[in-house]
Amino acid sequence: MLEIIKQPWPWYVAGALIGLTVPYLLLVGNKTFGISSSLRHLCAACLPANISFFKYDWKKEAWNLFFVGGIAVGAFIAAQFLSDPNPMVLAEPTAEYLASKGITDTGHLLPAEIFSWDQLFTLRGLVFFVIGGFMVGFGTRYAGGCTSGHAIMGLSSMQWPSLVATVMFMVGGIAMTWLILPYLLTL
Amino acid sequence: MKNEFQQAPTADLQQRELDSICVNESELVHPWWHNFKYSAWGILFGIVFVKAEIISWFRIQEMFRFESFHMYGVIGTAVIVGLISVLLIKRTKARTIHGEEIHIPKKEFNKGQVIGGLLFGLGWAITGACPGPLFAQMGSGFSVVIVTFLSAVAGTWVYGLLREKLPH
Repeated sequence: MLEIIKQPWPWYVAGALIGLTVPYLLLVGNKTFGISSSLRHLCAACLPANISFFKYDWKKEAWNLFFVGGIAVGAFIAAQFLSDPNPMVLAEPTAEYLASKGITDTGHLLPAEIFSWDQLFTLRGLVFFVIGGFMVGFGTRYAGGCTSGHAIMGLSSMQWPSLVATVMFMVGGIAMTWLILPYLLTL
Repeated sequence: MKNEFQQAPTADLQQRELDSICVNESELVHPWWHNFKYSAWGILFGIVFVKAEIISWFRIQEMFRFESFHMYGVIGTAVIVGLISVLLIKRTKARTIHGEEIHIPKKEFNKGQVIGGLLFGLGWAITGACPGPLFAQMGSGFSVVIVTFLSAVAGTWVYGLLREKLPH
């Protein structure tokens, strides 16, 4: 049993479990699924700075922080106790493309060539951590949600503004991957 | 049952409704440790994120390069399961475990979904993570992602600061 769990999980298992988050949160506490709002609650809790957007009773949304805290703990458990000893299998064309850009550490979830501390104070680190992270935080809040709030919760409840947001997420991601990232990877 | 819970004040609901994702107006107030039922699901969620390699920067590259079905399968299945669940909840008029009527807030369209969505998409392809996977990447031991995470918090904060000046 443990051997099966340790193997990479197929998309339909992961997708089903993620989809079940929607009814779980609704049935357990009338909560709508959304993760990026946790970043807003952190701002409201730590540095509201008299900005009206952060002046609300964030403690009422504490469930969201408990949820994302759980995500970190779950990821720790999976990485420590359920990890697959075999290297990750990457699609052949993607692996070839990334190798041509010097990214060859494909055995882990994230490539060490980018995601390590010694990259932090380089141009690459500035782009991949600081600017990239900033765009994720700014963009999701501007859009009013992220992949969970719009693509999953919003589409599940058939809200067309969420479809617009989801399409724009994909447009942005595809544009970055094909037009800009080829240059950023050479930094 | 009524005696166990006090009514929650609703004064700041309108403030939070500005941001449709942020409205969870349960009428009930529970002791804080009730929040562990969300942590429990979060733990399962984090395990799924790692075991299905959803938090992998490489899987996001594959997705945007159209070279793997994996992420499309994950998101597509999640939407279908979520959609069926919401339909069933509405059809059966299901209530929460505390007997409350289930309410799904309506999302209003504004320009933010276009501009913000595009900005997030650009960042997603760089970092290989949306907000959920950021927590999972940190939890699974990629400590440098703390920097990405703090930048994301900063981005959210700057949005709050500039909100009135941005087109919506």
